[in-house]
Amino acid sequence: MPQSADKVKDHISLFKEPEYLELFAAKKAQFECRPTDEAVAAQAEYTKTWEYREKNFSREIATINPAKACQPLGAVFAAAGFEGSLPYVHGSQGCVAYFRSHLARHYKEAVPIVADSMTEDAAVFGGLNNIVEGLANAYKLYSPKMIVVSTTCMAEVIGDDLSAFIATAKEKESVPLDFPVPFAHTPSFVGSHTTGYDNQMKGILNYFWDREAQLTAKPGTKINIIPGFDGYSVANNREIKRYMAEMGVEATLLGDVSDVFDTPSDGEYRMYDGGTTLDDARDAINAKATIALQEFCSQKTLEYVETKGQQTASFNYPMGIGATDAFLMKVSELTGKAIPASIEKERGRLVDAITDSQAWLHGKKFAVFGDPDFCLSMAAFLMEMGAEPTHVLCTNGGKEWEEKAKALLASSPFGANGQVWAGKDLWHLRSLLFTEPTDFIIGSSYGKYLEKDTGIPLIRLTFPIFDRHHHHRFASFGYQGALRVLVEILDRVFEAADAASDISYDLTR
Amino acid sequence: MSLDNAPDAAFNEALIKEVLAQYPEKAAKRRGRHLNVKKTDDAGSSCGVKSNIKSVPGVMTIRGCAYAGSKGVVWGPVKDMLHISHGPVGCGHYSWSQRRNYFNGTVGIDSFVTMQITSDFQERDIVFGGDKNLEKMIDELNDLFPLNKGISIQSECPIGLIGDDIEAVAKKKNKDLGKPVVPVRCEGFRGVSQSLGHHIANDAIRDWVFEKTKPEWETGPYDVNLIADYNIGGDAWPSRRLLEEMGLRVVGMWSGDATLAEMERAPKAKLNLIHCYRSMNYICRHMEEKYNIPWVEYNFFGPSQIAKSLRKIASQFDETIQANAEKVIEKYQALVESVLAKYKPRLEGKKVMLYVGGLRPRHVANAYDDLGMTIVGTGYEFAHNDDYQRTTDYVKDGTLIYDDVSGYELEKFIEKIRPDLVGSGIKEKYATQKMGVPFRQMHSWDYSGPYHGYDGFAIFARDMDMAINSPIWSKFKAPWKAA
Repeated sequence: MPQSADKVKDHISLFKEPEYLELFAAKKAQFECRPTDEAVAAQAEYTKTWEYREKNFSREIATINPAKACQPLGAVFAAAGFEGSLPYVHGSQGCVAYFRSHLARHYKEAVPIVADSMTEDAAVFGGLNNIVEGLANAYKLYSPKMIVVSTTCMAEVIGDDLSAFIATAKEKESVPLDFPVPFAHTPSFVGSHTTGYDNQMKGILNYFWDREAQLTAKPGTKINIIPGFDGYSVANNREIKRYMAEMGVEATLLGDVSDVFDTPSDGEYRMYDGGTTLDDARDAINAKATIALQEFCSQKTLEYVETKGQQTASFNYPMGIGATDAFLMKVSELTGKAIPASIEKERGRLVDAITDSQAWLHGKKFAVFGDPDFCLSMAAFLMEMGAEPTHVLCTNGGKEWEEKAKALLASSPFGANGQVWAGKDLWHLRSLLFTEPTDFIIGSSYGKYLEKDTGIPLIRLTFPIFDRHHHHRFASFGYQGALRVLVEILDRVFEAADAASDISYDLTR
Repeated sequence: MSLDNAPDAAFNEALIKEVLAQYPEKAAKRRGRHLNVKKTDDAGSSCGVKSNIKSVPGVMTIRGCAYAGSKGVVWGPVKDMLHISHGPVGCGHYSWSQRRNYFNGTVGIDSFVTMQITSDFQERDIVFGGDKNLEKMIDELNDLFPLNKGISIQSECPIGLIGDDIEAVAKKKNKDLGKPVVPVRCEGFRGVSQSLGHHIANDAIRDWVFEKTKPEWETGPYDVNLIADYNIGGDAWPSRRLLEEMGLRVVGMWSGDATLAEMERAPKAKLNLIHCYRSMNYICRHMEEKYNIPWVEYNFFGPSQIAKSLRKIASQFDETIQANAEKVIEKYQALVESVLAKYKPRLEGKKVMLYVGGLRPRHVANAYDDLGMTIVGTGYEFAHNDDYQRTTDYVKDGTLIYDDVSGYELEKFIEKIRPDLVGSGIKEKYATQKMGVPFRQMHSWDYSGPYHGYDGFAIFARDMDMAINSPIWSKFKAPWKAA
């Protein structure tokens, strides 16, 4: 009897009990008709070879374990970052169930988004009725201050026109005429979630600056900051705001989800909490400049912002020493505010910590995968610490990203042996890790399958993180964030050293 | 609520009125048909609610789509096949490894359950169609994963809209590869929920597995198929153990931990045992009509239903099996008693609200009863009329019934009823917990399980206890705030 009330065994240990091992063996032998163990072992070995790697890299259509999601995920993320904002997806409802689950599994938070549930009749006649009814119901039930509409691929394939549909819905009094309903077309067969973020952010600004009223920019001293799609946004946005406060800079974070995806447990469910106020979004047209923290999440938005006469600057995820330096110096340059001694001291402490630990990182090889901007800053930070980004792989990175990544690796001797893999997926990475192994993998939870197959330890440092809790509650941006990233990497380095040590199982490292 | 924790019909009726009052008129009328209170004279009827109807736009339905029903539920767990999410990247991405249908096998070599394989549609595929690339992709996959036993094509929304002929591709590749290639028309816009996806997936098994293969199999007198157990957290394994212990031979497990061979030989069995009626009754009915295989519904949640089900299953066989069933029930009696002795005192009298898919809102009810807990509200995402009919046997009069509940409704129901536990999904979990109400995910077993069988019941009881009796619930109010 494997089970008992005294010590209840669940899936983690129950299926190691002899009764279950016998059951598995008998099922396999008598009923499953699987390939022989020898054939499985031979194929498993074969997948580790250069020959298999070449076969794997010669595929043109099949995409296997891609590290990217689709546009509307980024769109609803951007929409969620505004005060009282209800993301609304025009199209199939199943997509919305997926977006909500996906974000909830990462943030461990409720993620309210509505769908207008288009089905077969809407596929034939278009989804106008769905939007007319859907906006009315969402407005009445959930009392939002703004409803932000994006689309699923179904609505895109049949060619629904959001601008016209929303105008009709307003005429039919689904929502008041002056109620904000920004929108963006977000076809999932173009780009990825980072594209969707960009499209929706542009859609929201465009609504407030051009559609709601034709605003004219009166340039002031404030700056805007667009965080981009970031799984660590809860803590990272707060860190950016702390820096701005320390510098005495008046800044507006556009699409600030830090309080939205981090509400307290005190007996009350807050469907809306925090977010950029709508007045701040309107007033953002009067900023002196707009800074995007993630270039590849914000290109169209910045182009649009430039048409309003603002200066713009973009960064690739300000994590690490140089990336944080560059961000702060740009803010200082744009605002005329000096970087205070307090921040300089934080920088010094980070440098101090890296100095203490660099011997454990020098020459260690890393594979990095994730979104375009994350990959760039992670690789740069590794090189600052003397580590080598051996494979930098970005499923949703294009030509422009590839060139940038190559230039980055070329800028440091620690990048000399690094290779850049744009548009490749995690099954490609599996071949790379077998043929040209690294010491560690840095990426998201999806990397755990690579860790299991190759035995190379995974360090979870980017979205999504489903199988570890609360990482997103601690910043990775700025000097403090870099310190935390350093510690996470070091912990795995030391764990690996301890695990591999017998004679050298040192107390002090 | 009344003192004995029985559902309060009058309270619940008033609550429904209050909730509907917030809707615009048209939506209130539509939603009103899906909310009711179970009454005595409902026995065998539908609990007084309409079901399997389109969701109202903009209300925050919790439902998914046909693709989720086919790829996510029915086909995805078949471990030695490659399942292509055919269309844009998202659907396969969000459903990647998210149903915990456990399996034994080597991923990427002879098993492919936890992989995300997609044609990753781009704009040119929408414009020019995806058939040609699909054909090429199947060749590439077969080359990279030569030990696969077959390939399924899980259609995403655009496929049906752009007029691709995936059936023609499947036929051609079936011939080329000499392996089953199964086209599934589970585009997300079809139907009103996951449910039509189950049905379409069942039909694809009928047309593209049964019709294409004639497996050799020497049938024994006790051959059964264990149908519609998806092996969440390993559920199907304790279930299989019980059946084997009573002397039955499980020749096919569908579809948790299943191989294609187990599906192909299913028509050779003597009896189909179906756990999730909603998702696989179609194929059972087909096997009954075409192959003359009877089917029996059973329930392996909680000791009362397990014993009842074991006897019901045994009654389909001879006296040896019937005697064995009694022995199995007897064998586990001590475990059941020790679990109840440990957990029942901690859980007795607690009120539970459920909102799950198409089976569990009724099937787990007696497992809670066994622990002395009461279901005060329940509802389904994608049930049909026959599910609500079956529900009347499981729940007490006065129970609040909600079909395709909206986020708004569920939140209001929980707020007003203040149950001791809510069992629902990841989308509902965090809002409920923030209200100070304990919660367990009842799709994924909240990363625990198995819950089926006697082994599973111990885990079920432990999990409900730790949700309800966690010390954290007493810390929600800051001590300096007046009570």
